[in-house]
Amino acid sequence: MTEVVHATTDTFAAEVLQSDVPVVVDFWATWCGPCRAVAPILDELSGDYVGRLKVVKVDTDANPDLAMAYNVLSIPTLTFFRDGAVVKSIVGAKPKSALIEHFDEVLGA
Amino acid sequence: MLPNQHSHHIEQRAHPVSEIRNVIIVGSGPAGYTAAIYAARAGLNPLVVAGSITAGGALMNTTEVENFPGFVEGVQGPELMQTLQAQAEKFGAEVLLDDATALQLEGDVKTVTVGMGTVYQTRAVILAMGSAYKEIGLDDEKRLSGKGVSWCATCDGFFFRNQDVVVIGGGDSAMEEATFLTRFANTVTIVHRRDELRASKVMADRAKADPKIKFVWNAEVIGLEGDIKLEGVTVRDRVTGLESTLRATGMFVAIGHDPRSELVKGIIDTDAEGYVQVQDRTTYTNVPGVFACGDLVDNRYRQAITAAGSGCAAALDAQRWLEDLEDVEHGLDEKQLLTGGAR
Repeated sequence: MTEVVHATTDTFAAEVLQSDVPVVVDFWATWCGPCRAVAPILDELSGDYVGRLKVVKVDTDANPDLAMAYNVLSIPTLTFFRDGAVVKSIVGAKPKSALIEHFDEVLGA
Repeated sequence: MLPNQHSHHIEQRAHPVSEIRNVIIVGSGPAGYTAAIYAARAGLNPLVVAGSITAGGALMNTTEVENFPGFVEGVQGPELMQTLQAQAEKFGAEVLLDDATALQLEGDVKTVTVGMGTVYQTRAVILAMGSAYKEIGLDDEKRLSGKGVSWCATCDGFFFRNQDVVVIGGGDSAMEEATFLTRFANTVTIVHRRDELRASKVMADRAKADPKIKFVWNAEVIGLEGDIKLEGVTVRDRVTGLESTLRATGMFVAIGHDPRSELVKGIIDTDAEGYVQVQDRTTYTNVPGVFACGDLVDNRYRQAITAAGSGCAAALDAQRWLEDLEDVEHGLDEKQLLTGGAR
């Protein structure tokens, strides 16, 4: 069982931008229903993709500068990073099957 | 010989029955969970296919619900849905947080396929898939979705602190979103196609009395401005034909809902808008053993309490239908016993 990493403004560079494997950042907040709905799915996928794609969560309430830096205006937003650059961004909660497609697309690209 | 034959017959039937459920409820809004409470209390051991990300339905994205009977001080939408779920589970309903991906509704044994392919069998199905937010239908709407265009004020209002936002719509949802957004936004402009609101009086009065909220009447959205993020909303006055652009970084769309009937299209009768059609005041659809309730059938009232009411009706209809089914089967058994013949 892998723990999902929570990143802050201070740790974002190390956890996301300098990651050896692609990263999906889940921009979320406590008050957001769809964020709560998708969270357990991301937890599961974090385990399924361990070593290949890393799941990192960013609480937009505690880290509004990160949300602003990546133009996040709706949550949940899932932003995929590879070698420190944004390669894909999807808005809104999606079912597991749809997320798997996005994960695999990012890994295959 | 006869009693043996009879018990043998029952044993033969007992095996599939243990795997075939009485009723599966697809959807978990007020309609789905109320159906589950009633079906569970009737001993039908219902399975609720609640949805992986849509569990709890539309109320999961609302704040205070003031008009659900029994809550003097109001109740938060998500809290109400958790309560209904807990109440259904208390009586034995099983809640599956997964999506129905295919429904086979004809015949005595129906199947519901969920998520990655698990297939559940059932005698009766209650459809309670609810509705989805309607889009305006502009090309730029998708492009700017998540970049200022939003369907969830409670989720995204926070990002528009001290900014100017627009709410599209004239019903209760639009008033609720607009009123909620005044907590964050500098100004909230409600753009409505007509010159009067559809919203309930209390919601309309609250919005009209709010100093941060103004109205643009008889206006339809014809374009969105902005490259990376939304910068403006262009509207056309439906009376004068004049076009103007409202400067706004946020646009919240609350122009109504479309029924989520895609899964049953072509099998279950719907009207032109996709609402499932039921017989008279019942929840019977055109397919025996398939019942429908909530926003999926209701293009008129669309309230949590009317959805709950119709969910109750669906469970009672399903219960009665299952009882009649058993009577018929029992009747056949008796007949076989009397004549001594096998089917």
